[in-house]
This record gives sequence, C-alpha cells and structure tokens, in this order.
Amino acid sequence: MSLTGMNVEHAGRRGLALGAALLSGLTAAGAAVANTSNGYNLMPGVTDISRDIYALHMEVFWICVGIAVVVFGAMIYSLINFRHSQGAVADTSMRHSTKVEIIWTIIPVIILVVMAIPAAEIILKMEDTRDSELSIRVTGYQWKWQYQYMDAAEGINFFSTLSQDSNFARQLHSGIDPRTVPNYLLDVDKPMVVPSGTKVRLLLTSQDVIHAWWVPDFGAKRSAIPGFVNELWFKVTPGKEGIYRGQCVALCGRDHGFMPVVVDVRTPEEFKKWVEAQKTAVKQAAAIPPEPPRSAQLLN
Amino acid sequence: MAQATDTLPHDDHHDQPDTGIKRWLFATNHKDIGTMYLVFSLIMFFVGGAMAMVIRAELFKPGLQLVDPMFFNQMTTLHALVMIFGAVMPAFVGLANWMIPLQIGAPDMALPRMNNFSFWILPFAFTLLLSTLLVPGGAPAGGWTLYPPLVLQGGDYFPMVIFAIHLMGISSIMGAINVIVTIMNMRAPGMDLLRMPLFCWSWLITAYLLIAVMPVLAGAVTMLLTDHFFKTSFFNAAGGGDPVMFEHIFWFFGHPEVYIMILPAFGIISEILPTFSRKPLFGAVSMVYATASIAFLSFIVWGHHMFVDGMPLAAQMFFMMSTMLIAVPTGVKVFNWTATMWRGSLSFEPPMLFAIAFLFMFSIGGFSGVMLALVPADFQYQNTYFVVAHFHYVLVPGAIFAIMAAVYYWLPKWTGHMYNLTLAKTHFWLSTIFVNVLFFPQHFLGLAGMPRRVPDYAVQFSDWNMVSSIGAFGFGLSQVLFAIVVIQCIRGGQKASSVVWGDALPTGLEWTLSSPPPYHSFITAPEIK
Repeated sequence: MSLTGMNVEHAGRRGLALGAALLSGLTAAGAAVANTSNGYNLMPGVTDISRDIYALHMEVFWICVGIAVVVFGAMIYSLINFRHSQGAVADTSMRHSTKVEIIWTIIPVIILVVMAIPAAEIILKMEDTRDSELSIRVTGYQWKWQYQYMDAAEGINFFSTLSQDSNFARQLHSGIDPRTVPNYLLDVDKPMVVPSGTKVRLLLTSQDVIHAWWVPDFGAKRSAIPGFVNELWFKVTPGKEGIYRGQCVALCGRDHGFMPVVVDVRTPEEFKKWVEAQKTAVKQAAAIPPEPPRSAQLLN
Repeated sequence: MAQATDTLPHDDHHDQPDTGIKRWLFATNHKDIGTMYLVFSLIMFFVGGAMAMVIRAELFKPGLQLVDPMFFNQMTTLHALVMIFGAVMPAFVGLANWMIPLQIGAPDMALPRMNNFSFWILPFAFTLLLSTLLVPGGAPAGGWTLYPPLVLQGGDYFPMVIFAIHLMGISSIMGAINVIVTIMNMRAPGMDLLRMPLFCWSWLITAYLLIAVMPVLAGAVTMLLTDHFFKTSFFNAAGGGDPVMFEHIFWFFGHPEVYIMILPAFGIISEILPTFSRKPLFGAVSMVYATASIAFLSFIVWGHHMFVDGMPLAAQMFFMMSTMLIAVPTGVKVFNWTATMWRGSLSFEPPMLFAIAFLFMFSIGGFSGVMLALVPADFQYQNTYFVVAHFHYVLVPGAIFAIMAAVYYWLPKWTGHMYNLTLAKTHFWLSTIFVNVLFFPQHFLGLAGMPRRVPDYAVQFSDWNMVSSIGAFGFGLSQVLFAIVVIQCIRGGQKASSVVWGDALPTGLEWTLSSPPPYHSFITAPEIK
C-alpha cells in the first residue's frame, strides 16, 4: 500500500470520524457535558491525534475481524465437516507442507507492516512537541493534580481534587446513590482550563508515586513519575470547546480511583479572560503567606 | 560414592510408596510430587478465585458497598500473585513432573530430592504471602508489578512479600533445572530431541526462560528491599535513583514470564488436538521452531508494557515492531493447529472441548495483543480494562483452559479411573459461557475509558460491570464442578485402559504403561523405533 493511498484512506476515515464526533458533540451539548463515551468503543475525540488513533484502532480492529473470520471459519468448518461421529476419516498423510508454512508466515508479516506504517506516522506526530503555545506543568500527588501554568499564563497555580459531592458519595456505606451525583467520580473542584486551537504542552511529573494523566477525548496519556518530566501535547479543534473528563490511570494507592482529570476547553478569547481573572485573584492572595510545600513532607 | 552410601542407613528402594504423611513429606517420586503440585495449584486457584469474587462483587455496581479501597487494592494485588505464582506456574510444574518422565521413557525425574525441595518451598512461600493479610497495614496493595515508589509505602508486609517472591523464584529455578536435566539426560534411547513430544519441547524451552528471568526478578526485588531498609537509592529519584529502571528490570522478567505461563499450554494443545483429530500434528518441527522463536522474542519486547512512561522515539518503534513480530510464530502455531483438525476425524471428549475453546479464545487474546502493540493505540488502551480483558483472555481461556484440558486428558492415566464425562462436559460448557460473559464486556469497558485497578467507577460503566460480575460468579461456581470431577475420579470409577482414549489416536510413551502407571515409570528404557 502506497503512502499516498494511505493518506487518502485516512482522510476518508477522518471525514467519517468527524461526522461521528459532530453527532456526539451535538448530543453532548444537549447534556451540557462533552463526555463523548458511547459505552463500548473508543471515541474519535476532539484532537487530530485522537482522531488518528481512532482511525488506526478501527483499521486494526477490522483487520483482526477479517483474520478471525478466515481462521475461525476454517476451524468451524473443520468442527462441522470432519466429525468422527459423521464417519469422517482422517487424512493421516497430511503432516507437513513447507509451502503453506512459508505462505502463512509471510502473509501475517505483510499484514503487520500494513498496520505498523500508519502507527509509526502517528507516533512521529505525537512525539513532536515543538512550537507549543502554552505549557502547563502537571504534578501528581496522592490523590490530586496540581496545574502550574507557564508562558502567557505564568503564575496561575492550583490543585484539582475530586469534587465534594462525589467524595461524599464514594465513601464506604455512604448511602448516596452514585446515579444521583452529577459526573460521579469524574468531577473536580477546579478543572484545568485551556484554550482551543492552541498547541498545549503538558510537563508531567509527580511528587510521590507514579500517576498517569489521561483524557480519552484528547488521545493524551502519559505517566507522571517522580524525578522525571514527561511531555505530551494536544490541540483541541476549534469549535470543540467544552468539559472533557478522564482519570488517573496508574495505580497510585488507596484513592487511585478518586483523582479525576477534568479539562475545561474554552475559546482563546475566553481563556484570556480566565487568565486575567486568575492573575487578579493571585495578586489579591499574595498578601497571605503561602503554605509550606507539600513536597518537602513527602520526600522526607 | 559406593562406600559412602554403604555406611549410611540404607533406605529401601522405594518400590512401594511410604505410608501416611511420610509419603508426601519425603516424596521423591515424580508422580507423588506432581500430584502435590497439582493439588496445591488447585487450592491456590480457589484462593485466588475467592479474591477475584471479592473484586467483582465490589464492582457489581457503582459506589463502594463492601470493602475499603485499600482492601480492594490488596485483593487485586494478591489475586495476581496467587494466580500467577500459585496456580498457573505450579500446575505446569506438576504436569511436567507427571508427564515428562512418562513421555520420554524415564523412570523418574533426574533430581528427585531437589524436586521434593522445590515443591515443599511453595506452601511456606504462600503462607508467608497470604499471612500479610493479618499484619499491620495489611497485604501488598501496590499491584503485583510492585512498582516503586508505591510499593515502598507499604507497612509490615513489605519484607514478607519480598521473601515470599524469593522463595517462589528459588522453587521455579529448581523445577526448571530438574526439567532440563531430565530431558537432556534421561530420554529413552532412540528418542532424539526432534522426536520428543511437543509437551516436553515446550517445557524444555520454558525451563530455559525460567532460569534466565527468575534471577532478574530476584535482583529487582532485592534492590527494592535495600531501598527500603538500607537507604540505597536504586529506584528513589530523590537519591539519584530511577523508578523507571525498576519497570525495565521488572518487565525484562515479566514479559518472558508471560510466555512461561503460555508455552507449556501450547505443548498441551499440541498433544490433545492430534489425538482427538486422529491425525498427526501438522508441521510438528515448525511448531518447535515457532515456540523457540516466541521464547527468543519474549526477551526483546518488554518495553511495550511501558509506552506511556516516556520512551525515546526509537525505542517506541523498536518495541512496537518486535512485539508485532511475536504474532508471526504465534500465528504459525494457530494455523498449524487448525491444519491438524482439517480433514481429521474429530470427536469431542472433554480435553478436546477445552483445547478447541483454547484455540478460539486464545486467538481473541492474540488479536487484542496485536492492537495493544501499536504504540498510538496503546496510549488509549494502556492501564484500562481493555488490557485486563486482553491478559485474562490469554491466561484464563488460554493457560487455565489448557491446564484443565491436560487434567481431563491425563487424569484417567494417573488414577486408573475414567471420570464422569457428563459432569466434565457440563463443567466445560458452563466455564466457556461464563468466561466470555466475564471477560468480553471488559473490552468495552476499557475502550469506553474505565481504568483498571479501581474499586469504584463512573456510572456510565455500570451495565457492563454488572454483566462482567455475573459472569465472574458463574465462572467461579462452575469451577466447583471441576473439583468434584477430579475428586470423584481419584476415589474410583470405571476402570481406564492403558490407552485410555483407545477410540481416538493417542500417541506417546505414556499410553504404553498401565493406568495408573507403575510407581517407577520405566525401569528399563523402552525401545523407540
């Protein structure tokens, strides 16, 4: 398969994926939350990368279905037609064939190459963190996230913790039905705010154990590891503003299940307003002496 | 040597087993030790299964109803350790003990006393591991992968787990040495390596994997131990160490470990399918080469467990390609098995049913494995229930179904009795239906975004979790049938002939001996033509 062929195919899929994303976007708008999971499959998401991943996922899925139809078909055919009880006689001369062995070694190799090429293209894109327009340092703690803005939003720095109502409901024997809690376990007191149409780079690290930051709709997941700074980037397509939700995805202790990631994507203008408001708040708070850094206690 | 043994109080020649507890405590007979391994494995299967029931009961609906999140994490961690090191691996060692001497025409395993030792370490190791549930701070709760720094936050369990793992490792290494020495030195004259049954071949390769990687695990956990108690900083970033290095070392052990748990299963399937297809295994030699290639590749793919931890571009590409490459020899095996059934004459006794179910469901686990190998897609799948579904498909209807197939295949040989076929078939159908109800929806959960190792979840994951839990309870209960079939068969039943499956085409030396076989398998080496 030629590279251009691949691109055309990708573009076609991307069109489809966009359509699906629009549809889910519409339903999400109705519910006032851009939570796009359909309950059984990946969603195309709201970034180019997430759409590429979705296309790759579906391509590989259908290839697997195709292989399964052939291989399982041959097995089922044998189960039906070569039954001892139906008087089938075994062909014991069928022991070995170099020719078919070579064929069924080479065909899988070709299929794998077909899968690997688009995958490699996406990796190259994902790893390209150059020319980011906004950087945010994301630090994992047991069990919350800290967001420290850099670049134009320098100075904004806050923690993001599981929202109160989820936290009450999730206690053992709380007696609160999680279904009555809006966005149960996927809501925080203060979400990370980012502008749409902007290449946002996250610098991830941790102050205690390994965490992992994930927003499925962005196709963005990386571990936050103490002593390391991992990078990831995403750029939400303009028009896809809304609230996007994810969770910590590396076992990080008792409350691993209770440190959601929530990202509020706004238009660049609204983001600018938000930054101004935050900076004013920071200046007002500057009079109050800061708490000792938590990292000092944790690293002993 | 002769003088030395003459002066010692000379034991009898063990023509007959000792009576009572001495038979088992001082066992040097490969069949007795094999039986102990298998019984131990069955007990651990139920212990680990009970933990899985706690997990699935808590996940039955959103919200926390039954257990504290900390206890939930202890359950997931212990479930994995018990099932991997307590159920699957000892079951395969038990099968090796029983079957390798029978299949290669040897009187016993080469190193019987070491064999005894390697078994009797295990009850102590698991007592140590499970007793962590009673110590302050509870059992390990950082996942079976023991990632620092989380594992270092543990309470009193920490040194106990490390020593339990050391004991399990020593046991595995000794078991592996025994297999290699037996196969290399005790084959009947005329049995060249390439004429050896596939089960022995797969175990020979597995034994080399064990010897290669168990010391790596031992090294990794010893470094954890010194980090915790002696203030070293192997994995402590604040002291200049590197938590990611632990992951590299762990998975250098961990990925071959995955194949340690599946290669003997491949061997079992390669024994059973030809018997009940009444046709020789298709491409037997290429099966050996495929197994060896998988074993080799298993050493160079560990990075695919760590794609999201940050890795240079070149390493991501390398580990993606090498991982995908494993699909090639694995595919060859599946195709050869299919070709073995093709134009055969198939009958569906319980071992064959389990072997066929293995073919289908192991392949499903293989497909999700290929999907996981693709780095960009892996970023979405990693640490979600999609991964849980993937490895349970290869381990439960993969490895464990193969173990059950083996037990149903050789149990009449071991006991001399045929078991209750109807009950065994009921066990098969219930297991096969429920295992899919249990694990298939977990693919959906993972793709929809549910992380693994969480005690509670957002309400959109409720439906599939409930379905999965129902499957889990059904699967768990069905396994009681398995225990009933086995116990009944040990106690008595219709006499089994020496060939057992005389109606089909069982090949191999084990079928030339009576059922049950004599206490010493082949006192004089059989002739191989």
